[in-house]
Amino acid sequence: MKKLLFDRIDEPGLNTLEVYERRGGYESLRRALSMEPDAVLKEISESGLRGRGGAGFRTGQKASFLPHGDMEKYLVCNADESEPGTFKDRELLQKNPHMLVEGIIITSYAVAIHKAYIYIRGEYALQADIVEAAIAEAEAAGLLGERILGSDHSLKLVLHRGAGAYICGEETGLLDSLEGKRGNPRLKPPFPAIEGLYHGPTLINNVETLATVPAIIRLGGEEYAEIGTETSAGTKLVSVSGDVRRPGNYEVELGTPSREIIYELAGGPEEGRQVKFWFPGGSSSPILTADDVDLAYDFDTMAKAGSMLGSGAIIVVDDSHSVLEVAMKLAKFYAHESCGKCVPCREGTNWTVKMLQRIESGEATPMDLDIMASVQEQIIGNCLCVLGDSMAMPVGSMIAKFREELEAEIEAARERADTGQAEDVIPVGVADEHAGPIPVH
Amino acid sequence: VSPPDVRSVPRFGHGSRVPGWDEAADLSKPPAVVPDPETTPVPPQLREQIVAAMAKYDDRRSAAIPALHAAQEVHGWCSPEAIEQVAAVMQVTPAYLTSVATFYDMLETQPKPRHDVYVCTNISCSLRGADEFFEAMEEAAADSIDVNVRSFECLGACDIAPMASVDGEYVGPLVPADAVKIVQDIHAGAPVLQAKQLRYRPCVDPGVSGGADEFGPPPPDTPRADTAGLGPEDVAADRFGPPAPIEVPVEEPQPEPAADEKPDPEPGSRDAPDHPPRNSP
Repeated sequence: MKKLLFDRIDEPGLNTLEVYERRGGYESLRRALSMEPDAVLKEISESGLRGRGGAGFRTGQKASFLPHGDMEKYLVCNADESEPGTFKDRELLQKNPHMLVEGIIITSYAVAIHKAYIYIRGEYALQADIVEAAIAEAEAAGLLGERILGSDHSLKLVLHRGAGAYICGEETGLLDSLEGKRGNPRLKPPFPAIEGLYHGPTLINNVETLATVPAIIRLGGEEYAEIGTETSAGTKLVSVSGDVRRPGNYEVELGTPSREIIYELAGGPEEGRQVKFWFPGGSSSPILTADDVDLAYDFDTMAKAGSMLGSGAIIVVDDSHSVLEVAMKLAKFYAHESCGKCVPCREGTNWTVKMLQRIESGEATPMDLDIMASVQEQIIGNCLCVLGDSMAMPVGSMIAKFREELEAEIEAARERADTGQAEDVIPVGVADEHAGPIPVH
Repeated sequence: VSPPDVRSVPRFGHGSRVPGWDEAADLSKPPAVVPDPETTPVPPQLREQIVAAMAKYDDRRSAAIPALHAAQEVHGWCSPEAIEQVAAVMQVTPAYLTSVATFYDMLETQPKPRHDVYVCTNISCSLRGADEFFEAMEEAAADSIDVNVRSFECLGACDIAPMASVDGEYVGPLVPADAVKIVQDIHAGAPVLQAKQLRYRPCVDPGVSGGADEFGPPPPDTPRADTAGLGPEDVAADRFGPPAPIEVPVEEPQPEPAADEKPDPEPGSRDAPDHPPRNSP
């Protein structure tokens, strides 16, 4: 398969303008600038490209929601890649930043935007430096700024560094953070396409989505649409991590069998180990089991299987790990990262951690699993953003798919507690200062 | 119940993760207003950085995070003094900046050791032994006053799990034995675990580079990836560097003890900072 995003990505110096241009970089931009903006947008729509950040919304359609006319509109590139298991954008930002810059310029031309921001997570210090250098190079070469390459289009591109908050990857949380506030998500509607950054219409896209745009212009929308499946066009960067022998980023055609990605590319679990379950789209996606590894890896197949493609991050867990251990990590992460704005998420994530701790300490009964499952159901769809859902969906799916194991875990922990083997049991009702507030009745 | 998890986010009064929410405001004082730029001394370089950051946005408040970062580099943490200075330049209230500083994990509102070691303990890393490494790292840094070991949420480098970010440099995959070397490298001011730095790692996709199961120290002619061929003069002003050493709050000078008073039983004890650094023994 021809690589579109990872094409010769390890070539030394690819992050510089000189090497990128020698390889045909910014040719797509020149071509796009010779077309009408609407024609560029049409190519993007025809390509069938779907957002690579997690939601999988059609990029062309999203761009078409922006109002026309002369006004302060913004393009924001979401490089706050914080979904556990996801590290695809990092490799692109570090090794081929000009492809992203080119994609941003083309997209801004298609929807007549003259101001763009890249919101990069603060932890990506090296990558931020590289992108900043690339922007400076592009500005010096007249690829950014006033009257790009002699056309009527102008664009100011600014890199903005975050400071460590998962919630800022959520588009409206990101906008608040970019405005210099705490990164709390906003009520939608109005959607960012109508009212976003500084109250202006704002188009927000993921790094991989924007980096794909130059390839679409080069190939043409129709040809790009032939890659992949009918409803999931193109290639996708897949981050494979966890219990596999060769963790890393792989560029695959959408619709590739998951088995090929997990076992052939990433090498599968260590000798003598079996895949127990896996997350197909980052830690927010409901888990799939070893029975599902033959499913095709695309948006619709994953949705039909009750999960989602998400950000394209496969986390494989083998049979040496317990479901409880993973559920606990997951719940603690979301409890930490909940911004606290909506009650179901703030309380639901906290209580899920406490209920899982009850299982560990031998205080739980199988009925606790039902309560936990109902807590998850009450989080889903009841908050401004999907952070709470991101814990509720995988934890709910773990309870549904591994109930027997969790019940056995409950039994074993109870026996341990009864025979006094449990260590450091904190009596019920005593504050565990790290677990959260004591409920006041 | 497992023993209190020291790796989780620090909790304050009533288990809240926001410090100070349960501390009663001093109602006898008016709330802090926007500081007067004429009377608030600000280091010139810090002022320059904040002004440059504000110029990049349509709304100057967007510069809050870069400005607080810059102040943290000067003061070592977002101390009340640091926040006052940023507020004076940005012309916002200190309360506004405090609300921002307390939200983000990389902005510290308590004194902290100078060098940060963020150990990722999220799912992918913990499946591969991050919890053991974190314990080893805490042990290795226990005697170092200037190493801040923190467990961190997914840092986006699960391909080198278990991994850590040492002053922004990603290293991995780590084994517990690497912890001592990391502390040594920090103290020596040397590149940290150069053979395991992510910046030199090739892509594993076999269609790209023939695959890379192993990666060792970079060959001597490997160009450093972070400069994009530009000289140091092109590095933009808001690049985050390591924070300054811990800033100890200045104590009011004690009045001279009266002649008939006994001398202080423990001389020097009142000079101790209110908030000792987290790793101080």
